[in-house]
Amino acid sequence: MSDFIWPSEEGKSKSLDEQDRAIVLATQAGLPLVSDPWTAVGEQVGMSGEEVLSRMQAMLERGVIRRIAAVPNHYRLGYVANGMTVWDVADADVERLGREIAAIEGVSHCYQRPRHLPHWPYNLFAMLHGRTREEVEQQAQVLRACLGEACHGHRILYSSRILKKTGLRLAAANLQTASTETDARG
Amino acid sequence: MRNKDGINEVELDADDRHVINRLQDGLPLAPHPYALVAGELGLSEAELIERLARLRDTGVLSRFGPMYHAERLGGGLTLAALAVPEMDYERVAGILDAFPEVAHNYRREHALNMWFVLATETAERIPEVVAELEAATGLAVFNMPKEREFHVRLHLAV
Repeated sequence: MSDFIWPSEEGKSKSLDEQDRAIVLATQAGLPLVSDPWTAVGEQVGMSGEEVLSRMQAMLERGVIRRIAAVPNHYRLGYVANGMTVWDVADADVERLGREIAAIEGVSHCYQRPRHLPHWPYNLFAMLHGRTREEVEQQAQVLRACLGEACHGHRILYSSRILKKTGLRLAAANLQTASTETDARG
Repeated sequence: MRNKDGINEVELDADDRHVINRLQDGLPLAPHPYALVAGELGLSEAELIERLARLRDTGVLSRFGPMYHAERLGGGLTLAALAVPEMDYERVAGILDAFPEVAHNYRREHALNMWFVLATETAERIPEVVAELEAATGLAVFNMPKEREFHVRLHLAV
C-alpha cells in the first residue's frame, strides 16, 4: 500500500535545503489558483517556475509532500457523522489487521496507537465519515467482520462539537530545524 | 439548507462535484496543472480555477494545496485526550484554545470527552506541551502518538 510508511520508509526523507523550506513556507496555506502556480510560487521565493516544480516533485517522491489536493469540509458537504472507531486488537495481529481495515473503502485515516490501561484498551483507530450515524455504523460492521476473533472490543466516538480547528501550520522556526531532524533519522 | 449542526450545507452543481471528487485525488505536478485537470473534466482552465476559488472561499474546501508530512518536516504530531468533568468543560476548552500547539479539538462522547491534535515545531516539544497542558488544566493527558500509520487519505464522494 503506497500510503503505508512505517517503519521502513520513515528515515528515508533527505534533508530539506533552504530553497525547499522557502517553498514549504510559501505554500503551506495553499497553492495559488492561477494558470502557472509554480511560477507564482517562484516569484515569492526567488526561483523559476521550473525549479519550484522540480523541487516539489522531489518532495513528493520523498514523501515530504503527501499530495497536492483539495481538502473538503466534511460538514459543508453533508458528512455530519464523523466517527472515530477504536478497536482493541491482539498485539500479535494488529499490524496485519491494521493494513487490512485501512484498505476498506471509507476509512480515511488508520493508525495504531498506545493503550492506556485500564481506562483505554483500544490500540487501533480508523476514521469513518457518513451522512448519518447509521451509515457509519454499517461501515463499522464491515471493519468488525474483518477483524474477527482478534478484536476484543470496540467503540465509535462521534465528534459532537468542534472546539477548535486551525489546521496545521508550520512555523519558520520549525523548518530551520527540519534538516537536522531528518539527517539524524536518515 | 441547514443540517442539524446548524452549518449551512451548500448547493453544489454537477461540475462542482466533479471538481471536488477529482481534486481530492491530487493535482498533477506538471506545467499548467489546472489546464490538465480541466481537460479531464471537460471544463476550461479559467472555469476550473473560478470554481476552485469559489469552493475554497465559501468554505466547501478547507484548503487547497500541498499536504505536508509534518514529521518529515521535523515537527511533532500527536493525538491526545482528556476526561473533563462536565462542569469544567468550557473552562478547559478555553485553556486548550489558547495553546497555539492545539491544532484541532473535538468533543467526543466518551469518558474521554475532549480529543485534540498537538502539532509542535519539533518532536521534542510534544512532551513539554503535554506537561504544560496538565499543569494548566489539572487533568491527566492521555497521549496517543501514532505507533504505526496504515492509511491517510480522506476521500469524501460528493
